Amino acid sequence: MRKKIIFLINFFILIFVAIVFYKGLKLDAKYSTEDLVGQTLVNFSTTTLNNSSGKLSNIDIKNNKYSIINVWASWCGPCRLEHPIILRLSRHKDLNIFGINYKDKKKNAISFLNKFGNPYKKIGLDLTGFLSVDLGFFGVPETILINKNEKILLKYVGPLNENDYNKIVSRIRE
Amino acid sequence: MKMTITKLFLELGSEIMQQIFKFLFQIFFILSLYVAQVTADEADGTKLSNIYKNIRCLICQGQSIEDSNSDFAVNLRMIIKDKIEDGLDEKDVYKFLREKYGDWILFKPSFELKNIFLWLFPYAAFILAGFYLFFLVKKNRMQ
Repeated sequence: MRKKIIFLINFFILIFVAIVFYKGLKLDAKYSTEDLVGQTLVNFSTTTLNNSSGKLSNIDIKNNKYSIINVWASWCGPCRLEHPIILRLSRHKDLNIFGINYKDKKKNAISFLNKFGNPYKKIGLDLTGFLSVDLGFFGVPETILINKNEKILLKYVGPLNENDYNKIVSRIRE
Repeated sequence: MKMTITKLFLELGSEIMQQIFKFLFQIFFILSLYVAQVTADEADGTKLSNIYKNIRCLICQGQSIEDSNSDFAVNLRMIIKDKIEDGLDEKDVYKFLREKYGDWILFKPSFELKNIFLWLFPYAAFILAGFYLFFLVKKNRMQ
């Protein structure tokens, strides 16, 4: 009887360890943004690209039903890829698009916008990269959808695609 | 006359000695300040390095920001250095980063109720295995 109990205990421990390892192997080790969705945007304020006395801050977000903050740079290839989608998003009435120009040269950023179109209502500057970290970004391009209460509703790392576009649009129509 | 010259030499000698002592004192004072500064810098450097080693670079995920030279890692190193210089401690820095990027940013998971099993299971397994071995050996000896 005692031997049977010991055997059963060992058997269950073995099964448990096997399940843990199996789950661990299946686990997606990529960075996920799911923890950040639902958080409130931090307080921020930065100068704008077109007007050095102008400011982009939380006040701009509070004024709109929905806002998007998109981090981009003229030197970033994937930003060109997603730019047509950002342009399409800018046509939606309830949605205002704000840009954060990341570690870029002013001249290059302006010529990028002249060439591909300007979807942004305002563009804030992040010359050091500190603002992006404060906002929870870690690269370019990245995009967040925020509501009037400054709650982060969606977050995308990398260039936006057609699926992301549809998801954003259905979210703002809810 | 002879007495006056001797007295003069003695006075001159003590004045020179005083100057030498003053000079040596100044040298030692400056040196001790320098050593204290270097020691403090080294301590700060070690503290920062230990923090960097526990933070995952989200661009090159196998590396810590200590090892990585990605733009993100360089930014984070500068931000953390600023925060430590502003008087924040290690825990505050981790809290700040977890708020931005979640638990994934830290290599060493925090000790919380939700992951208490993760922390305690190895110890529990080790203790149980120890008991098992102890009783097994005891039983064999008795036989």
